[in-house]
This record gives sequence, C-alpha cells and structure tokens, in this order.
Amino acid sequence: MILSRVWTTTLSAPILHAMSRDSLIRRVLKPVVWALSLAPAVWLSWLVWQAFTINPDALGANPVEYINRYLGDWALRFLLIALAVTPIRILTGWAPITRLRRLLGLFAFFYVVLHLSSYIGVDQFFDWWAVWLDIVKRTYITVGMAAFVVLMALAATSTKGMIKRLGGKRWNKLHKGVYAAGILGCIHFFMMRKGLQLEPIIYGGILLTLFAVRALYKLKRG
Amino acid sequence: MLIKIAKASDVRSSEITPRALFDQRRRFLKSAAVAGASLAFGSIGGSAEAAGAKFPDLSKTKWNAETVGKDLTPYRSVTGYNNFYEFGTGKSDPADNAKDFVTRPWAIKVDGHCENPGTYSYEDLVNPHKLEERVYRFRCVEAWSMVVPWVGIPLADIIKRLAPTGDAKYVAFETLNDPERMPGQQRRVLQWPYREGLRLDEAMNPLTLFTVGLYGEELPNQNGAPIRLVVPWKYGFKSIKSIVGISFTDKQPPTSWNMSAPREYGFYSNVNPEVNHPRWSQAKERNIGEFLKKPTLMLNGYQEEVAAMYQGMDMTKNY
Repeated sequence: MILSRVWTTTLSAPILHAMSRDSLIRRVLKPVVWALSLAPAVWLSWLVWQAFTINPDALGANPVEYINRYLGDWALRFLLIALAVTPIRILTGWAPITRLRRLLGLFAFFYVVLHLSSYIGVDQFFDWWAVWLDIVKRTYITVGMAAFVVLMALAATSTKGMIKRLGGKRWNKLHKGVYAAGILGCIHFFMMRKGLQLEPIIYGGILLTLFAVRALYKLKRG
Repeated sequence: MLIKIAKASDVRSSEITPRALFDQRRRFLKSAAVAGASLAFGSIGGSAEAAGAKFPDLSKTKWNAETVGKDLTPYRSVTGYNNFYEFGTGKSDPADNAKDFVTRPWAIKVDGHCENPGTYSYEDLVNPHKLEERVYRFRCVEAWSMVVPWVGIPLADIIKRLAPTGDAKYVAFETLNDPERMPGQQRRVLQWPYREGLRLDEAMNPLTLFTVGLYGEELPNQNGAPIRLVVPWKYGFKSIKSIVGISFTDKQPPTSWNMSAPREYGFYSNVNPEVNHPRWSQAKERNIGEFLKKPTLMLNGYQEEVAAMYQGMDMTKNY
C-alpha cells in the first residue's frame, strides 16, 4: 500500500496520470524490472570484456570459477526474489507485484541456464562424460541438476497457452514445484561450500522466512 | 638477524619474476586475440609486484623453475587467490583481511615424544639453516593448481634438531588460534585451531618443506606467514599455515578437514587422480592462468620421491 502510494506520487508527469494502472505496470514497472534483472548479466559481460582487453585481472585469478559462481549466485538470488513476490504481497497488500512473478521466475531460470552453461561449456569444456560423472557422483551437482529440471518444466509451462491447456488447477499444482526448486537450490549452495559457511545459511534462512510468511498467512485465513 | 636488505642484484627471484609475468602476459595475449589494446595496458600485470623483505641468498635445488615442467604462477595470483579460512572463506579475503597480521615475535611450541621439547622463536628455528628455493607444483583439492617458488628448509633438518624418540610415529601441527588477529575464526567454519599431521616418514621426506617464503621474499601473511608447511604431493590443505605447535605423537593425530568431513578428506590426502572425491573429480585440474583443465599427475608428479612410502597401502581406502 505504501509502495503504491509512492508510485502515484512520484510519477506525477501528466502523461502518466493519463495512463491506466494497467499500462503503468506494462509500460513502466515491467521495463524497469527487466532492466534491473538484466543488470547482473550486463555487468558480467563488461567484466569478461575487460578481462580480454584492458584488465586481465577483472575476473580474478580463476576467471572460470568466478563466472560460474557469479551466475550461480544470481540464479539463486532471483529464485528467492521470485519466491518473495507472494510474501511481499501478503505483507504490503500491494497486489500489482503479482504481475511481476512470472517475469522474475523466468529470470531465475535465465540465470540458472547461464550458470549450467558456464559449467558445461566453460568449466568442463563440453566434456560430456565428465559432466555425466559429476551428475551421478557429486551429490551437490545431482541436487543442482534436479533443481534445473524442475525449473525447466516450470519455464516451459509458463505461457498463457500452457495454463489454458493444463487447466488452472493442474497448472497451479505443477508450479508448486518452485518451492522444491528453492529448497534444492539452497541445498546445492550449502553443499558446494566447504566447512560451515555463513552465506549458504543466510540464503537458507531467507527461504525459510518466505515459507513461514506463506504458512502463517494460510493458517490465518484458515 | 637473518633478514638483510639486499641489493637488487643479489636476488635470484628478480630473475624469475619478470619471466613469469612475461609468460603470463604472452598467454593472455594469445587468449585475448586483441593484442593491440592489451599492449597499451600491459604494465598492469607488474603493479602488484613482490613487496616483502627479500631473503639475501638462497640455495638452488634440483626442484627449480627449469625442472618443474610448467611456468610459474604469477606472484599476484599466488598471493591474491588463497584458501586461508582463518581470514575469511572468499579467495581474496585472506589478502584483504591479513594485511595487519603481525608475525613477530612468533613462538612455536614443540612437545610430545622428542628430546628437545620447548618453546622456540622463529629465529631459533630458522636462523641456523641455509634457506633453499624450491619450485613445486601445488594442487588444491578444489581441482585448481599453481606452480610456486617457495623458500624454506627441509622439514627433516628441523625435526632432526628436535630429536624425536622411538615412540614418535607422527608429527602433528597446529595453526595459531586467535580470533582477534584471525577474524575468520570468529565463526566456526571449522573447529579451530586448524590441525594437520603427517606420518613421521612423510615429514622426514626430502620434499617436505618448512616454508618461510615465496618468490624470494618472506611469506606474505595471506600465504601462511611466518611459517607454513609445503607438502607438494598432497592436496593443499595438508600444507598447514601460520604454525604455532609441533607435536610428536605415537597415534595418528586428528586433522581439521578430516574432522569436518571424514568421507571427503582423509588423513593422507595424497594427490591421486584415480581416487574419487565426493565433491570434485580429481582426474583433472585447472592450472591458474590456463583455460583448459589438464590431467592431474599421480602424487602430483612426485611419484619418484614419495611412492615408496605407500607401497602395499590401498590408496583408495587410505585416501
């Protein structure tokens, strides 16, 4: 509610007044979110360009590891951001945010795909046998791949046409899979780090908080 | 006092460094395929040059830049990309957080089954010996590797002075435990203090280096100043840093990573491309500065020197 008031007060240009709420979301809010969501990828491209031209240190001593971890970090962040949409709506009452849910979810998938591609194409350099052995033998990679498969199914059924084809009920059920993807993503990150490290615990804590908000809301509504 | 300010012409490593940087730049040029732009900024690579106190004269050994079979890893990578969780878990954390770490005076407590236990200062231990330069391959369990020109003393020479008794079968080492000075210890990433250990014959092997420097200078803090081990045929975490304790034991001592995840990190942790690791395939490694992974060598290429110690031992069980 507070946020929506900010929107209407800051956007005081006459042309925006003339806009309907719907076109405000479509023409302003969504493009802004698009640009912000692409920013991490653009920044990485800038670093890669630097590494090849003016500053070989732009990606540190181990550029392959840097790129892969950077993309993994953003994949997990966007997954958590997408999972935060409903809790934010619950807490703020700001309904239009729901219109961003699919966009943010697809950006999570976008970074997951880049993360996986950098692992296969850059880290393993298309050594498919090594990739297969990793998936089978290294549990954290098995878990990560499971999250990818879930998200792929969700991304493939994210269109309006697919919602219609599956029917709202079945579609909703399928897309509950995003909770599993969130859990798998956090476990993947936790297992990847050696020892008991702080960052994966923070991500896991955020995920649990988001789940708790939903659960409490559901309980309250009965 | 051991450390003198040497004339630049005295220092052997000044011959090495520019070559390493040259090679590194050349590699970079090749991969970048935009030679023109990079030449103009080529001096960036030299800005983080060796800055610590130089050791005046180092003996050359058969483990040198020519025989190691690979280019030296640039100084800035050796000192900027580190696993030293006492100063944070990120690769650049140690270089950032260990800047003000004071390493003098430094005391090492020696106890257990030996004739000369007691507390020794850095100078007590190091000064009687002639320092050697040893260029070793360094293989991290995370499947990356470097080539580093270390400076040190064969650990065997130190151990002989401490005179282990017949009961001594193992040597245990301990890192400083001081969360004030080592901020990474304020969180329990591992059970502090960091502990490592070797079988006595491994500790006495001519390769095992009681290390005080790299690239001809005193160890930078992030690399385990003032004294660390380098055990080149084992994964990097066996090469314990900032040592304050040496203990001769009759039983295999507990070691930190083994305590944290026994299934992943064994006591021996010999570099072995054939022994599967639950977290990383150890078949290949990425040498820092190179793009493609290359096959990892059995015992990190030191089979000739160390394989005999493990004859008849099942390396898959004693990983």
